[in-house]
Amino acid sequence: MPETYIARSSAIAARMLAGEMMVMNSMDSTFFTLNEVATAIWRAADGRTSLREIVHAQICEQFDIEPEQAERDAEEFVSELSQHGILLVSDQPLDPQEAAR
Amino acid sequence: MSLLNEMSQKAFDLGVPISVHMDVTYRCNERCVHCYLDHDDQGEMTTAEIKGVLDQLAEAGVFFLTFSGGEVFMRRDFFEILEYARRLMFNVKIKTNAVMIHESEARRIRDLGVDTIQISVYSHKAEVHDAITKLPGSFDRSIKAIRFMREQGLKVTIANVLMTWNRHDSDGVQELAVSLGAHYTLDPTITPMMDGNTSVLSLRIAGDELPSVFANPKLVPNMEEFCAPPKPVTDDDMEGYSCSAGHSFCYISPYGDVFPCVQFPLPTGNIRQQKFMDIWNHSPEMNEVRSIKAKDLTVCSSCSHVSSCTRCPGLAYMEGSMRGPSTADCEKSYYRTGVPTANMLRKASQATVSSLVQIRPMAALA
Repeated sequence: MPETYIARSSAIAARMLAGEMMVMNSMDSTFFTLNEVATAIWRAADGRTSLREIVHAQICEQFDIEPEQAERDAEEFVSELSQHGILLVSDQPLDPQEAAR
Repeated sequence: MSLLNEMSQKAFDLGVPISVHMDVTYRCNERCVHCYLDHDDQGEMTTAEIKGVLDQLAEAGVFFLTFSGGEVFMRRDFFEILEYARRLMFNVKIKTNAVMIHESEARRIRDLGVDTIQISVYSHKAEVHDAITKLPGSFDRSIKAIRFMREQGLKVTIANVLMTWNRHDSDGVQELAVSLGAHYTLDPTITPMMDGNTSVLSLRIAGDELPSVFANPKLVPNMEEFCAPPKPVTDDDMEGYSCSAGHSFCYISPYGDVFPCVQFPLPTGNIRQQKFMDIWNHSPEMNEVRSIKAKDLTVCSSCSHVSSCTRCPGLAYMEGSMRGPSTADCEKSYYRTGVPTANMLRKASQATVSSLVQIRPMAALA
């Protein structure tokens, strides 16, 4: 199974408010709030670390979630945010500077 | 309630400054007849100072950041400031006249992920627009810039300030906005100058002309609801606040002064001398502004419009009291609904008392 790499789009604004991460895409003004787990994935989306590594290092240990369940949830979350242009997804590592274009 | 409104309400309830308007300069290449600013540079913050402020704002939880002026592009370091702000993940809106924006600037703004560019357009007729800005050719340059930005896929809002000089041009500007793929907003409010000079108020369109502004289905989709008489005032209404100024919004001047709003010239502190959060949390002025509920308003608390009026506490402050009425908003409420406001009734009764006082000596003589 190929690895998945994720990076934050440059069109995004983000800020924590009362424990929730607000995320807004400037291109179409879509607005999301991310829960704690999703925020951890979002923060780790540097384009160089694979989603699998992020899930294992950031999610399973910190939030005590089973790896299989965590990976399924993470893929669903990544898919939804990528559809809105908030996360960029590739099967190759992404250069954050390039992701910014 | 939308998710965005829900989060904005949460910020309001928690006292988080979710939205800040920052003027990076008062210098401008236009000299608009209605402008409330002194355009001389009285000691603007340096690039490093502004970056330091932006760090503090990000730390404070600010999400929506509006850069304005003056004309933002009069600062040669504006793109450096913009780039820094975007690195800190603010949702950025820029207010500009756009005359200095060409294709390359438009591309750079797009690449930096700016949310919206708001541009002032006063008329669809170049001669009217240029007469207001006092910059020949400004209409053509602004419209050309809007085209560059739309080609880059940027969201553009055309802001149409309405005054005596252009009062018949709102339909034309609105059609222009549609043809350019831009959003359109209209504002008939002319504010006094920041030094208190009220001479520009003579440019305000007369109150009795406001209904023709409101009566535009393109601007107000549900006219019946918009013009309906005010609903009976409830106890909850009396516990409500006028707006987000000082609650989840504030304004920072190019000199580092912090105010509750761009339209509320009550100094609350200077960011060159204090930390932003110290001003936000502990300024007595900021705390006074945020303490005022509808029930505390001197005249408006007895007004039937109190729950639906657009009363601006900043305009009220400029009229004499932040707890008092804002006449411009009283007029809007009255001409929108046909129901007189408490302030209007009070003034009418004072006028009667005043004339009685004048004739008293005559009566005494008799």
